[in-house]
Amino acid sequence: MNINLTLIGQLIAFVAFVAFCMRYVWPPIAGAMAERQNKIADGLAAADRAGHDLEVAKQQADEQLAEAKREAAGIIEAANKRAQAVVEEAKDAASAEADRVKAAAAAEIEQERARAQEQLMTQVSALALAGAEKVLAAEIDADKHADLLKSLAAES
Amino acid sequence: MAANGDSQTVSEYIVHHLTNLTYGKLPAGYERYDGSVVAEGGQWAMAHGANEITAMGFNAIHVDSMIWSVGLGILFCWIFRRVAVRANPGVPSGLVNFVEMVVEFVDGTVKDTFHGRNPVIAPLALTIFVWVFLMNLMDLIPVDLIPHSLMLAGVEYQKIVPSTDPNITMGMAVGVFVLMLFYSIKMKGFGFVKELTLNPFNHPLFIPVNLFMEVVGLLAKPFSLGLRLFGNMYAGEMIFILIAALFSVGLFWLLPAALLQIGWAIFHILVITLQAFIFMVLTIVYLSMAHEDH
Repeated sequence: MNINLTLIGQLIAFVAFVAFCMRYVWPPIAGAMAERQNKIADGLAAADRAGHDLEVAKQQADEQLAEAKREAAGIIEAANKRAQAVVEEAKDAASAEADRVKAAAAAEIEQERARAQEQLMTQVSALALAGAEKVLAAEIDADKHADLLKSLAAES
Repeated sequence: MAANGDSQTVSEYIVHHLTNLTYGKLPAGYERYDGSVVAEGGQWAMAHGANEITAMGFNAIHVDSMIWSVGLGILFCWIFRRVAVRANPGVPSGLVNFVEMVVEFVDGTVKDTFHGRNPVIAPLALTIFVWVFLMNLMDLIPVDLIPHSLMLAGVEYQKIVPSTDPNITMGMAVGVFVLMLFYSIKMKGFGFVKELTLNPFNHPLFIPVNLFMEVVGLLAKPFSLGLRLFGNMYAGEMIFILIAALFSVGLFWLLPAALLQIGWAIFHILVITLQAFIFMVLTIVYLSMAHEDH
């Protein structure tokens, strides 16, 4: 095997090709690949984040729904209570009114009765007086005994 | 089939296949193949036959090796440059995919072996891997196809596998060796001298012994790089040539030779890839050693 100038030629070509590769081939390709790697990593991270966000949002929605349900239940309960209270109040008011009306009626009746009694008494005394007048027309002075009878009627 | 039919013996056929197309300077007074004598001051000419090549000595260049080697190097640069121009962080496809696969493979190998930051190593490894692979790949082209076609066109010799030329493999190995020396001195400074003189026996008396051993070890690196590739490819090429020679022996040998040819070619696909890979890995390892302080 003979070593000759070919070795030098190959050495020069080798240096030239390596220099070309170092300057024009490797950096763009490696750069693009690294950039793509970053992009993919970012994309995966974003997808992960989005999934996590969705999970959180779902949880929040569930919580809010439960809260709303609780609130609604509370409102219904309060309304029920209020309705009951209103009914109770109305009942109380009605019974109070009834009592009042009853009392008023009773008082009126009492009054009526007293008046009737008084009237009756007056009439009875007048009747008695008239009877007695008729009986005792001659001897009894009406004016003189009227006061007596009146005080009698007032006493009974 | 043997190139020149019956007029050529098997040994002539093999020797013809192993001779490079050589352009060189014949020394003064040399008698050429046609009887003419080279004039005073020598003469640059295409060599005819092995004797003239020997007479040329160092002042010769293997035209075929250089053309194929540089041509394949340009092919590598062209393909990869096209991809580099189109490279973007979007979705890759087709050729871009393939090139990126190669780049990633080389990058992974470099990162596994070479710990440190050096912008030269990865492009160097990529160039070596692809270029050596392409040069080795020429081995799979049937041995007579291109040489015989070119012979019909008037070109006497042709060796189309550059990596079967020790000049080519050693040229690359010397390039790597220069880088090794450069980085050894750059990274270690005086430590490199210490490494050569105070290892393995750390005593001033042993400096000559150490120096001798370390220099031999250092020089063994480029030789192991270049000659390993050359030896493997040369042997592979030789077997292809022998199988091709077998075709001309007789009709009976046609089928066995064809089977051998196919078998060896399939096996050789592994060899050429492996040899390219080994050249690349050894380069990385040697340069990594040049960077590391003991």
